[in-house]
Amino acid sequence: MNFWERLYFPAIFQGMGITFRHMFKKKETIFYPEVEREFSENWRGMHSLKRDEQGRERCTACGLCALSCPAEAITMIAGERQKGEEELYREEKYAAVYEINMLRCIFCGLCEEACPKEAIYLDGPIVPADYLRKDFIYGKDKLVEEPLKA
Amino acid sequence: MSDKVKVTIDGITVEVEPGTSILNAARQIGGDIVPPAMCYYSKLEGSGGKCRTCLVKVSKGSEKDPRPMPKLVASCRTGVMDGMEVQNITSPEVIEARKGVVEMLLINHPLDCPVCDQAGECHLQDLSYEHGVADTRYEFDRRTFERIDIGDKIQLHMTRCILCYRCVYVADQITDNRVHGILGRGDASEISTYIEKAIDNDFSGNVIDVCPVGALTDKTFRFKNRVWFTKPVDAHRDCPKCKGKVTLWYKGEEVLRVTGRKDQFGEVEDFICNTCRFDTKNTSDWVIEGPRHISHTSVISSNHYEMTPLPVIKDNPILIEANKIEFDRATKV
Repeated sequence: MNFWERLYFPAIFQGMGITFRHMFKKKETIFYPEVEREFSENWRGMHSLKRDEQGRERCTACGLCALSCPAEAITMIAGERQKGEEELYREEKYAAVYEINMLRCIFCGLCEEACPKEAIYLDGPIVPADYLRKDFIYGKDKLVEEPLKA
Repeated sequence: MSDKVKVTIDGITVEVEPGTSILNAARQIGGDIVPPAMCYYSKLEGSGGKCRTCLVKVSKGSEKDPRPMPKLVASCRTGVMDGMEVQNITSPEVIEARKGVVEMLLINHPLDCPVCDQAGECHLQDLSYEHGVADTRYEFDRRTFERIDIGDKIQLHMTRCILCYRCVYVADQITDNRVHGILGRGDASEISTYIEKAIDNDFSGNVIDVCPVGALTDKTFRFKNRVWFTKPVDAHRDCPKCKGKVTLWYKGEEVLRVTGRKDQFGEVEDFICNTCRFDTKNTSDWVIEGPRHISHTSVISSNHYEMTPLPVIKDNPILIEANKIEFDRATKV
């Protein structure tokens, strides 16, 4: 190495040059959760249990989602629709309890594919973080779509 | 020469007693060549000949008269002859005809499998899965009926019925007093008990077991669980009325329903009485024999293992020690 090279100045200036150049470039960082990146079309996030065009729950608790689930994350208890509940549930059987363990779920989308009633879709956001295991068991209160606005 | 007759089904020769039907001869061979049957039930005299799913082609009538039979024949109703040659799955004609039969059976079937309690052990489901086509050409409204309670334990969904008459034969032959039958004719026929009179009989519950579809289902099991989430266990008890050999369907600790033991052709080995079926649903009532073997092709076999389960965290001291922090946190919560 000659004298100039031994001073390391050229290398230092070259490195700093790269650093300063990046200061004026557009930032790649996104401030989640205030800002969210655009998801791809086939993104699979949190599940939602859908309602039909009349606002009735589509799920009939047939159990095919739970059967297809490779992580065994889904459990349900079926209920029988009573007289007067025709506005709430689409078929004579409905899911009285429907739970998904989000810690078990691998977001593979097989439940969505198995559903014969088009009742479950993984079209939600990223499942939020939490502290307790029990809070990751999502019931119908978190999963069912908002009722239709009149 | 022995008095047995030789019959060849799909190239496999078997010797059977004279007077045996082709279907039973095929069942003696077993395997894929057994024609499916929706209405025939070996334990019920006179059953069969109604659903036409067991159609086969007889390509050689017998040794004496080798002409083939002019049409496909119902194998449950046709006796074997010496030297007869039968084609089942090797004949494209039979496969095609069976597709037609499935479409015909499904014309008035509501296809409400997601709601139906029979789903998973339904012969019509299996049959249409194996032989059917994906869609129907039928464009008209399907027949509908209100669902009927036959007594407080049996539920009749007439919409699902394929009119196989098995339950009528059960009522005729197994129970003392026949109180139900088929009313009406053709498209309008339906199973009923005349003014919905309750079947009040010790063996009436067997109509649930013989029903190949979900038309007659156990009301005590209605919507309790899907069959493939329950665990079948063989058990027996001393029953004064029947042999008491049953299958218990467990979910956790609870017996959700009791059925007869069904063999590979979906027929019960012994008919069981209503006390065994409906009234004794505690583990303490039964002597457990062990897990029931379920064919791996059945949906019921999914996630079922015929072995002792591996030790879970709570029983295994090493794992308890390793997961101590996790347990502490859980108890704090």
